[in-house]
Amino acid sequence: MPPNSRPGDAVFANVERVNAELFTLTYGAIVRQLLTDFEEVDEVNKQLDTMGYNIGIRLIDDFLAKANITRCSDFRETAETIAKVGFKMFLGVTGSVANWNADGTECSLILDDNPLVDFVELPETCQGLYYCNILCGVIRGALEMVSMRTEVKFVKDILRGDDAYEMRLKLLEQVPEEYPYKDDD
Amino acid sequence: MASIYNLFVINKSGGLIFYKDYGSTGRLDTNDSLRLASLWHSMHAISIQLSPTLGCTGIEVLEADTFDLHCFQSLTGTKLFVASEPGAAGVTALLKTIYELYADYVLKNPFYEVEMPIRCELFELNLLQAIRKDKYSVGNR
Repeated sequence: MPPNSRPGDAVFANVERVNAELFTLTYGAIVRQLLTDFEEVDEVNKQLDTMGYNIGIRLIDDFLAKANITRCSDFRETAETIAKVGFKMFLGVTGSVANWNADGTECSLILDDNPLVDFVELPETCQGLYYCNILCGVIRGALEMVSMRTEVKFVKDILRGDDAYEMRLKLLEQVPEEYPYKDDD
Repeated sequence: MASIYNLFVINKSGGLIFYKDYGSTGRLDTNDSLRLASLWHSMHAISIQLSPTLGCTGIEVLEADTFDLHCFQSLTGTKLFVASEPGAAGVTALLKTIYELYADYVLKNPFYEVEMPIRCELFELNLLQAIRKDKYSVGNR
């Protein structure tokens, strides 16, 4: 049974919070600075993803330590946990999971509400920018630490005129946890 | 009083990244602590393979005559373990608290390099507080 939204609420009540505007404005400043530094929108997308990855590989332990969840039995449960507990805990919003492919290795994480973009309007010059690309990196980094190699990318972005934020989450490989690790062979 | 003798943190490759004595019993020098950590890492891995229980995640408690060894492994592969006096209560809860402190004061420190030895004063300070508090509350039970 997929977890309902309650566990996310319980964790959210217990984590420390910061002012949403401080968070939103800080993120905005980072994106602006990256645009100044790298000039190319594609490069900024890549940098945001890398920054997110570096956050994700650390944040996963915080999530596991505080969210009171146990090992997920399959990838479906993992996706549900990210959407319902993970997003709630770190972003304060609950996402949903949809559009599974037939063999259960690929799905969409959908956010209707996203605090990162509260005051954002994309100018003409930044049309290729995935403003929230950091989220993809965070998810990829976090899942890699629990033995799942994934690919995460934005396919819909309200800032670019779509009706929701949709990230496509694709499981590439489940790295076995048992010994011996492959590289010992 | 539930006394913790020492605390070890080992990374997912089995390297000792943190070691600290808490008390005068069972102190180890650097070589012995490294030896014990890598030994435990291997034993833990072997125990998973040998266990008749399906889905076993490794040794959680080892009881010896002069100490108990309690181990906690996170889903990311980091292992925390403490040696405590025999029969000490509430160590599992303490390990969970220590894991939270590790997530907060080690991993959230931007200058900490992941998987490398932990040199974070805030972590040690909060650890000491948690261990003292635990000792006190268990002593009053």
